[in-house]
Amino acid sequence: MDWVLFVTQILNGLQLGVLLFLLASGLTLIFGIMDFVNLAHGSLYMIGAYFCATLTEITGSFLFGILLAIPATMLVGIIIEIIIVRRLYVQNHLDHVLATFGLILCCDALVHFTWGPEGMAIPLPVILDGQIEISPDITFPTFRLLIIITGLIIAGTLYLVITRTKAGMLIRAGASNRTMIGALGVDIKTLFTLVFGAGAAMAGFAGMMITPITEASIGMGNDIIIVTFVVIIIGGIGSVKGAFLAAILVGFIDTMGRSFLDTFLKLIFTAESAETAAPALSAMLIYILMATVLTFRPQGLFPPKGR
Amino acid sequence: MFKKLMLLATAGMLTVGPVAAAEKVKIGFVTTITTPAGVIGRDMVDAVNLAVEDIGGKMGGLKVDLIIEDDGFKPAIGKQKTDKLVKQNDVDFVAGFIWSHVLLASQKSALDAGKFLISSNAGPSQIAGKLCHKNFFSTSWQNDQTPMAMGQLLNQKGVKSLYIMAPNYAAGKDMSAGVERVFKGKIVGKDLTKWGKGAQLDFSAELAKAKASKAEGIFVFYPGKAGGAFIKQYAQAGLQGKIPLYSVFTVDSIALPKLQKAKMNGVMGSMMTQFWAPDLDNAQNKKFVSGFKKKYGRYPSFYAAQSYDTIFLIKSAVESVKGDLSNIDGMRSAMEKANFPSVRGEFSYGNNHFPIQNFYSREVVSDADGVWTTAIRKVVLKNHQDTYATQCKM
Repeated sequence: MDWVLFVTQILNGLQLGVLLFLLASGLTLIFGIMDFVNLAHGSLYMIGAYFCATLTEITGSFLFGILLAIPATMLVGIIIEIIIVRRLYVQNHLDHVLATFGLILCCDALVHFTWGPEGMAIPLPVILDGQIEISPDITFPTFRLLIIITGLIIAGTLYLVITRTKAGMLIRAGASNRTMIGALGVDIKTLFTLVFGAGAAMAGFAGMMITPITEASIGMGNDIIIVTFVVIIIGGIGSVKGAFLAAILVGFIDTMGRSFLDTFLKLIFTAESAETAAPALSAMLIYILMATVLTFRPQGLFPPKGR
Repeated sequence: MFKKLMLLATAGMLTVGPVAAAEKVKIGFVTTITTPAGVIGRDMVDAVNLAVEDIGGKMGGLKVDLIIEDDGFKPAIGKQKTDKLVKQNDVDFVAGFIWSHVLLASQKSALDAGKFLISSNAGPSQIAGKLCHKNFFSTSWQNDQTPMAMGQLLNQKGVKSLYIMAPNYAAGKDMSAGVERVFKGKIVGKDLTKWGKGAQLDFSAELAKAKASKAEGIFVFYPGKAGGAFIKQYAQAGLQGKIPLYSVFTVDSIALPKLQKAKMNGVMGSMMTQFWAPDLDNAQNKKFVSGFKKKYGRYPSFYAAQSYDTIFLIKSAVESVKGDLSNIDGMRSAMEKANFPSVRGEFSYGNNHFPIQNFYSREVVSDADGVWTTAIRKVVLKNHQDTYATQCKM
């Protein structure tokens, strides 16, 4: 096998993985701590992307665009939590799904109304727009490398916050036993709002990082939210560590499937059927993984303690 | 007294009813309005509205009644909407259709009901061949033709090896088959990527493969928003200047403004093939392009051009029978003559009712105002007929 291609694909897999992690960490905490199914998590990803594109256009700088868009997306998340989501915690999962699906439709329509159907692009600054030489043979897009690095930094920070701070302790406690932490007199309402806002900020940040690559478009979050759910189910709902490892795993499997599956299939089938079957099969791989995990470890690979 | 009034009213309705129905020519137009692909639908609807305006809202003395429907990028909904247009609205013409899989799912509903079906974009091989129908017409092309012209262009340029990328659906397969049929060099790699709902927009893995293949050219077909995304990643992956980009239906007036905004200079000078370009020199095209730019403030895409032609094709049919919409045979033979001012210039219809027309090479350029657009270079295929026409028994 061509090792240059292999290393490039590992980096590509890692990049997809950290992007999924940014979405999955928020989703898994919201699901794990508040027991709230938030289908509209992908809408925050979209809102983050559109905010960043607009703010980059106004300020003329991608960096300022991101720095302003993150608090803005967080604010939207907090407002959504206070106005809508807070009322839904006491309802059952089906009501969550119904309400947040409605929220998706509202967000898509609002974005269509505000920004039009054509989507938005973010121009990258020149230093990020090229490729970086990792070794004499391997060059990799600079911006994708930046996604990997910032993603890993955020994952590290999140790890420290969760394991070393009081807020992190409460989050862990909430994920393990929600009722008990409420009974101990912790202000669970504020904690919920905080977690929802942080989740929104991270989802929004993921949207900001993907927009220079694929553009912001209506419904962009709806496509990725399904994969994000797969990630948190594989990782174990409520576990940030699980979300991280599962996201990287799913990123690798998806990328490797897209890169090498047709070569393998061509050994067994004719070229034509391999070409048609490979994309379909590689799209299925992560779902096959999820089904396997659900069969043998229904609680996920790394569930939070005390469940 | 009341009864009398009712009777009078009913009588009035009876006499007025049928006349009112014949005073209108009803055109159902199915396209994609929602989903990110809605940006294509907007261009088509804008062009149709402009065409109706340009003909004063009338054809052969009849008022034009336009009914726009959204297929949501899904074959099932496209069929549903076609059924609705045929049964509920009782339209005379069903037109539109961006997507080959949507057209394939919907065609039977319109044709079985005895309506005219006009594709303003999709040109699947099936409808050009075995499924051809006397009441079907195309104002675009058969899917394979444009990539065949591209294959020809690649041969002329002496390209020896090619990497192919296209979405995994009916048209994606037709496009790649088209270029493979004519291209004489070696195909060193091919990727069909996920399409439809949840379409793949991040091509990192595929581009890394293309780069490793060391091909002399990369051929892509990514219509709509995927096109802009692809070109950006092509440049970001450092393929620009190493593996030249050849595309069909990817770099168009929908993708270019966004690429210009994102300063993707790499797309400048990239080549494509097409039956039309905004600078094609004929009176109807000049009127169309300047009218479109004036009304909407942007260049029309080829989707818009084909949609504009659709209305003029229908007009030629309705006028030939002097507004007698029951004369289906008369309207059909009028349309077969392709006797209307087309934005592509003069052309004729083949036995399968797909145009026999020229295909040109186009290049991305900057116009006099600095706006990015495409310009015609030369004729690659002259009066070209699709290869499936021989399979059509008509």
